Amino acid sequence: MSIAITTQIICFSILSLVILIGALGVVLLESIVYSAFLLGGVFMSVAGLYLLLNASFVAAAQVLVYVGAVNVLIIFAIMLVNKKEDLKPISDIKSRRIISTSICLTLLSLLIRVDLTNVWSLSSPQNSIGEESTIRIGEHLFSDYLLPFEVASVLLLMAMIGAIVLARRDVMSKDISTGLPVDQELIEKSSEPLLTNKN
Amino acid sequence: MEYGLDLEYSFNEFLKGFGLSSEIAHIIWLPLPMLLVLVAAVVGVLVTVWLERKISAAAQQRIGPEYAGALGVLQPIADGLKLLVKEDIIPAKADGILFTAGPILVLVPVILSWLIVPFGQNLLISNVGIGIFLWIALSSIQPIGLLMSGYASNNKYSLLGGLRAAAQSISYEIPLALSVLAIVLMTNSLSTIDIVNQQSGAGILSWNIWRQPVGFIVFWICALAECERLPFDLPEAEEELVAGYQTEYAGMKFALFYLGSYINLILSALLVSILYLGGWGFPIPVELIAKFLNLPINAPFIQVFTASIGIVMTVLKAYLLVFIAILLRWTTPRVRIDQLLDLGWKFLLPISLANLLITAGLKLAFPQFFGG
Repeated sequence: MSIAITTQIICFSILSLVILIGALGVVLLESIVYSAFLLGGVFMSVAGLYLLLNASFVAAAQVLVYVGAVNVLIIFAIMLVNKKEDLKPISDIKSRRIISTSICLTLLSLLIRVDLTNVWSLSSPQNSIGEESTIRIGEHLFSDYLLPFEVASVLLLMAMIGAIVLARRDVMSKDISTGLPVDQELIEKSSEPLLTNKN
Repeated sequence: MEYGLDLEYSFNEFLKGFGLSSEIAHIIWLPLPMLLVLVAAVVGVLVTVWLERKISAAAQQRIGPEYAGALGVLQPIADGLKLLVKEDIIPAKADGILFTAGPILVLVPVILSWLIVPFGQNLLISNVGIGIFLWIALSSIQPIGLLMSGYASNNKYSLLGGLRAAAQSISYEIPLALSVLAIVLMTNSLSTIDIVNQQSGAGILSWNIWRQPVGFIVFWICALAECERLPFDLPEAEEELVAGYQTEYAGMKFALFYLGSYINLILSALLVSILYLGGWGFPIPVELIAKFLNLPINAPFIQVFTASIGIVMTVLKAYLLVFIAILLRWTTPRVRIDQLLDLGWKFLLPISLANLLITAGLKLAFPQFFGG
């Protein structure tokens, strides 16, 4: 066995272990902050797996999008609303658990099916593209995958408009959470700079 | 590789002369450039700290450090030693694990980004295909470390500082990436080597700063904001937040933050010089001078000379930018948080988007000037 292959096997086993243990930690840990940070670790290890597969662009994109944007925003949100309160007991916890377990098992069986039916081996070693993959991804995004690419941007636009509506309460006459009519004057006052009223 | 020194090849050939296999030679080679760059980064920090002390003293009409070595050059080493031997304190109610992991997460991505900084045609650790994109991706990990240390300190100032740092780096990352994208568009490559080579045609005239003046300014502002340098040092604003996320840190953990911020400053300066100021290129192309003096460009003597000029030019340009950053720090007031976010989202983002669009248009219209 050459040194390169040994290194690869060691890296792969470490990364897989980190992913498995980290993912279990995300689900099972009590503290939501620890879960969020562990999620970042899991994303990083997945990026490491991409690197092992010679997909360096996908790995960097994974770090940029999932770690740099998604995970930071999750942690941000947790820290802004981190209230110490006991969780309320849910009445129909048993049926909920059964439903979520069955959904997870269905997804797992789907993944196993994909794993078994797909032909994983490349026809020849020349087919691996490595460093050229960035160019190939760009070509595909702007030719045969153009529609999904554009639809994804529409989805993001919808999410953004939703966030703006939630953040700017003054566009609605009723408060979303309480159902009470919104005091428009209060919003007007808070949106003005504090210092201008003083002179 | 057309020309240039290839130290790795020569080193491997040298080791093979002793009867070692090429794999073993490669493994012995691997840590050498990494160690060299790490040492270079730390020495760069020492120099920058000394410059900061001396220039701030000059800006405030003081003398600055004077007794530790000639002109106080040993002062940064004394600072470092002091931090090294200080007691490592973890506050009683802090979260020990996150408190320790935070500074590490801040420092490691910055040091990893030195992977792609070239000092010459072959003088970099690894010419990875994704090049400059690696730096953008890695610098997005930093806010997690800042949030982590801000949260783990169990101190409201630390938490506020961490949140501010994260908000700041998220909002300035986008214009930064967009202005890099304009350069990549002109180069047709993400590799830092290709970006520098694209600017080497006509010496100082072909540097990207003339073709991307708007991108240069946007990038510099965003780089300063990412480094949390003074016009944008809100996360550690002393008057409001004590020291932001660093408040509870002491000893070596504080030193990691300190080191991280200065390494980041030098890295940003190096990247500005690579992206916009021609990297290792001399203002007049070295090939032209060699031709003028009738010297063969591939002679070993010329090669070594060119490589040394390359390193000197890269470092010189970077330190010129560091000097400007230090001067800015000691002469400008701090912006407010709302001004900071306004500048990022309402000014720099539209401008960098327009810059990208115009670059794409110019590339189509004048392919010979803006990269075909």
